[in-house]
Amino acid sequence: MSYIAKPSAHHPALPKNALGLTRRDYEGTMSTLCAGCGHDSITAALIEACFEMDLPAHRIAKVSGIGCSSKAPTYFLSRSHGFNSVHGRMPSITTGANLANRDLVYIGVSGDGDTASIGLGQFCHAIRRRVNMTYIVMNNGCYGLTKGQFSATNDKTSPSKKGDANPFEAIDLCQMAIQLGAGFVARSFSGDKAQLIPLIKAAISYWGFAFLDVVSPCVTFNNHPTSTKSYDYVRAHNMAVDRLDFVEEKEEITADYAEGTSVSVTMHDGARLVLHKLDQQHDPRDADAAIMAIRSNAAKGRVATGLLYIDETQQDMHDILATDARPLNALPISELCPGAKALEAINGRLR
Amino acid sequence: MSGINDFVVKFATVNGSGSASANGIFAKTLFRMGIPVSPKNVFPSNIQGLPTWYEVRVSEAGYLARREGIDLMVAMNPQTFKEDLAEVAAGGWLLYDSTLPRVWPREDIAIIGVPIAEMCAARWQDTRQRQLFKNMVYVGALAALLDMDVEVLKGAVADQLKGKEKLVAANMEAVALGREYALKHFDCPLPIRLRHADGAKGKILVSGNDAAGLGAIYAGATVCAWYPITPSTSLAEAFERHARRLRVTKDGRRLYGIVQAEDELAAIGVAIGGGWNGARSFTATSGPGISLMSEFLGLAYFAEVPVVLFNIQRGGPSTGMPTRTQQSDIISCAYASHGDTKHVLLFPANPTECFALGAQAFDLAERLQTPVIVMSDLDIGMNEWVTEPFLWNDAHVHDRGKVLSAEELEKFKELKGKDWGRYQDVDADAIPYRTLPGTHPTKGAFFTRGTSHDENARYTEDGRVHARVLDRIRRKFDTAQTLVPKPEVSIRDKSGKTGLIYFGATTPAVREALDLLEREGVKLNALRLRAFPFTREVASFCAMHERVFVVEQNRDAQMRSLLMTEAEIPGAKLIPALNYDGMPLTAAFVRGAVLHRLQPAKAAAE
Repeated sequence: MSYIAKPSAHHPALPKNALGLTRRDYEGTMSTLCAGCGHDSITAALIEACFEMDLPAHRIAKVSGIGCSSKAPTYFLSRSHGFNSVHGRMPSITTGANLANRDLVYIGVSGDGDTASIGLGQFCHAIRRRVNMTYIVMNNGCYGLTKGQFSATNDKTSPSKKGDANPFEAIDLCQMAIQLGAGFVARSFSGDKAQLIPLIKAAISYWGFAFLDVVSPCVTFNNHPTSTKSYDYVRAHNMAVDRLDFVEEKEEITADYAEGTSVSVTMHDGARLVLHKLDQQHDPRDADAAIMAIRSNAAKGRVATGLLYIDETQQDMHDILATDARPLNALPISELCPGAKALEAINGRLR
Repeated sequence: MSGINDFVVKFATVNGSGSASANGIFAKTLFRMGIPVSPKNVFPSNIQGLPTWYEVRVSEAGYLARREGIDLMVAMNPQTFKEDLAEVAAGGWLLYDSTLPRVWPREDIAIIGVPIAEMCAARWQDTRQRQLFKNMVYVGALAALLDMDVEVLKGAVADQLKGKEKLVAANMEAVALGREYALKHFDCPLPIRLRHADGAKGKILVSGNDAAGLGAIYAGATVCAWYPITPSTSLAEAFERHARRLRVTKDGRRLYGIVQAEDELAAIGVAIGGGWNGARSFTATSGPGISLMSEFLGLAYFAEVPVVLFNIQRGGPSTGMPTRTQQSDIISCAYASHGDTKHVLLFPANPTECFALGAQAFDLAERLQTPVIVMSDLDIGMNEWVTEPFLWNDAHVHDRGKVLSAEELEKFKELKGKDWGRYQDVDADAIPYRTLPGTHPTKGAFFTRGTSHDENARYTEDGRVHARVLDRIRRKFDTAQTLVPKPEVSIRDKSGKTGLIYFGATTPAVREALDLLEREGVKLNALRLRAFPFTREVASFCAMHERVFVVEQNRDAQMRSLLMTEAEIPGAKLIPALNYDGMPLTAAFVRGAVLHRLQPAKAAAE
């Protein structure tokens, strides 16, 4: 039953984007996650973001690891190639795929077990290499697919559904990402579409490593009244540090903010972000301030959300490695194989 | 048996003392005199201060396996004086630094004392120079004792010091010091000495890792990911060195991407990601790295992603002997990963084949859409071999396998009579058609996964579909059998009842042993394996013989097990000949193993 095709018939009146595609063209197969799962809302936000950005779906590659979150890429962008790899290794697969073809958009989807435990090393090193990708963690604080064990992002104050205490401190992936040099670090909530969609758009247009940690309640195992990753808790403690308007290159900036409260950032592809500061202390270009915002809110039991940090000057892996502007997978063999004559010269040097 | 152009010199030194460079110059000089040589580095897993040895066998007849019985020991390391002395064959020589004279408790060898440290102290003031030039002084003494061609030696020094030309004169001065001292004090040359020869003419002197890195360049590999581990490190470094020379555009852009990964888990992941996305991708590792990469190898096998893995085998199990050689990953590579998996293996026997099979591995991986593992080892990979020059045919068409373009996707049904599905066996060769991300706006997208899937790449928990897909992937191995390099068979006795199977780095030892045995009246037919799956020739060779020795460098007769399981050769027929002390194999070992079985009385008498 696990593969459920959706009927491909479209209502003729569905709105179309600049490519003449409807939202339906950006969908995937029917979700098999639990009803109400936060991951499905993130999936919907991804579909909406790609639709509104007029992205050609076949130029996107979806890569994931193992777990509930990593199943999600089947539920969006059925016209994109996807790769559901092994547990915690999405970053290395994406690194290799990106090395092979720098021209595609890479969306990595992972979970808190996949990223903060088994894949922590790969997460760190993908950031360090500045892989040009959008890395989304669907963060529910538990291992859903194996029935609710604590993950490494679960808050120490947040017991299990059965009431077992969590003895260990949580790993904060956003703080780690900032420290490791991710150029775009944001946190959001699966239930806050208005914040999530522009963040996804901005992350996709960002040149370099963009990290998006999305708190996404597990309705089955981690949505109880004492959980800090439940719908109710996050709604009550969501502290947005800024509000983001994502403005595509062709659009006019229409939002009008008071002097000194907004920051305009031009992205690599010409799109602009207009950040409306909600927390006057927060400067998204200041890594230390971003970490402070996360920590001071956490100390008060609050979740700092929004675009926490951005470095507009980041170089990506290909810039650093000085690879050719063309995708490596498109180079003709004639440029790659030096041929018999060059080999004779090499033989000569070995004599 | 030793004599002109036929002897073994062994250098016993301390690692980190600069001896490696001097020893390399020594071997290169002999090679350039046209004499077949085989230098073997026996080194510690350490950077400075521990014993290291360099054995150079000289054989005008072209026997280049390691040989025991040292004719001339250059004993420069007091830590190992006792064992080095014991290794010298009766009638041999031992050269040492006699600045501090010592008594060597052996009557049956000749001692050659050269006051090397004293000479260097008198000539140079700088302590570093005093230390480094000691090595060139003993090379100079050998030049006199063995009658090396000094002009050729000078050329080898100049090559070694390319970019540091100022040092050539000083090095040659050290050579002259040693040479003049030896000429003055000893009866030069010794009965073991050198003369110009033809055996090495036209050949090249190169390590297997250098060759394999170059093979990857010629194959058109563009993605390399690796994690440092002895003895495979120098393969990735060679690829990078060759790429910097051969793969950079005029405006400085690189036509390759190399990632030194955080571990072997990531290294193979990057390579698989690159292979999935249509770039020829590879990684190189050894021992522990194979264990770490196994999970990913299973994914690439089941999801049918091409990737090439160079396994430079070393002494296991566990960390084992990182700087010694073995062929002990046969089973773990043939079946790497959990579940039903099976991988294509290639077995190069020398650097020339590391280049050729290294390049061919990429054609096979893309044709078969599966991992291909090149099974080299430390002996081939890190030692320099006198070997046939590399050959490349410009007419070779790289086999990129069944990858559909946008136009081919459009016309697929028209051409093939059915709709495209990622894992459909359309051509009855069990190899499906794949598509790369970004090819077509509406056709060809699919979800690559390690979970069970049907012919259209859709998730399934239907056991019948699962079994059907596994069966097709197994049939792909039948296709592989028609594509992999065939074994090399040599028949010495058409009606002979005894055969011998071997592969990889044991080749020189086996060939020499077969010659020795033939001279003693024992003729063996032989088959050198070059690939797994085994081609038909392997079973028919075994059928031709009543008994077949299987020579391999591991304890558990892994290749023999594979022959029993996969080629269905009766175990009773396969006689294991096993060496697993980590040293390159000797002909004496192979001869002994054969005689032990065929002529036990003679073997016992020896």
